[in-house]
Amino acid sequence: MSCSTKHSKWRYVMLGVVAWLAAFLVPQAAHAEYGDVVINNYADAAGIRPAVFPHWFHRIRFRCKVCHADLGFQFKAGGNKITMAKIIDGQFCGACHNGEVAWSIENCSMCHSGVPGTPTHFHGSTVQRLIAPAYKSLGN
Amino acid sequence: MKVFAKGIILSSVLVLGAVSSVQAEESVSTPSQELLVVAQVGGANGFNRNLKKETNKNAPPSEDGIHDTENEGTYVLQPPKEAYQGLPPSDFGNYVDWVKAIDEKKLQPRWDRIDSSEEPFVMDLDVVREVKASVADVVFPHRQHTEWLACSNCHPAIFIPQKGANQINMSGILLGQQCGVCHGKVSFPITTKSCKKCHSQPKPEDWEPPLSDATLKNPWR
Repeated sequence: MSCSTKHSKWRYVMLGVVAWLAAFLVPQAAHAEYGDVVINNYADAAGIRPAVFPHWFHRIRFRCKVCHADLGFQFKAGGNKITMAKIIDGQFCGACHNGEVAWSIENCSMCHSGVPGTPTHFHGSTVQRLIAPAYKSLGN
Repeated sequence: MKVFAKGIILSSVLVLGAVSSVQAEESVSTPSQELLVVAQVGGANGFNRNLKKETNKNAPPSEDGIHDTENEGTYVLQPPKEAYQGLPPSDFGNYVDWVKAIDEKKLQPRWDRIDSSEEPFVMDLDVVREVKASVADVVFPHRQHTEWLACSNCHPAIFIPQKGANQINMSGILLGQQCGVCHGKVSFPITTKSCKKCHSQPKPEDWEPPLSDATLKNPWR
């Protein structure tokens, strides 16, 4: 009897080891910061990484009103059809990212830093967690 | 010793099973096996608090899963934890209480793109919305919202500025309508811990749940 209990202990140890190993094998989900937006309307097609917009970084410096009322950003991930031409023209990100208010657009890799192929989405949003994400192109 | 050997066999089967399941996912997408279509429902159960808990809170960009680790700019970006030093904590979202941070003057984000001296027009008006169900009534505070937003952000596109003109329900909010345009995306999320932030006014002592039509029209009642 005592012999079998000794062995059953080992069994638990083995199971523990397996569980620990399995934790490394299971692919890790993304756990980016709440409010991060991946914008991939045109980036992948243009052969550059999608842009990642960190809401948290910007709300430390500006209130929502500055971008969403004054600069005309819609409350929708991918709903603004932002292009580099518009940014250079001083629209959207270009209103600040012009070397005067914030750093200029030559720092490509600081915005275009997303994993290639990631669809436009609002990271960690309730909608995204409730419904299987569907990638819809803008059509034009 | 037999049991030990069994354990090894069992573990190897488990490991092989895990590996083969990963491979199976890949093989599904090949055009030769188009009969088997696996629905992409990753994260569909993430809302259930029993199934998933965030283990790596406020991960730096290089570890967050959406930034490319092969991109040099990823390592230049500031990690969120560094920026949140000294800000009041919360239990959800960014794990920062942004409204409290402004109230305590720990944050002073600009109201104007360039002019840092411009102040928001704060309107201190609470709107109480009675809820049909037995949960506490909703108190909507304009003050916290006008600290961050302009009137035109919500009115009249999302909310008609008139009493009784807006039909709001939790299903719509969870799907990103009305309050859900911001709450659940950037402003505090809808979790089991945050219900009481909105549903904050308890029902009156004499409150009784309204009877349903099916009950009222029941001839045998």
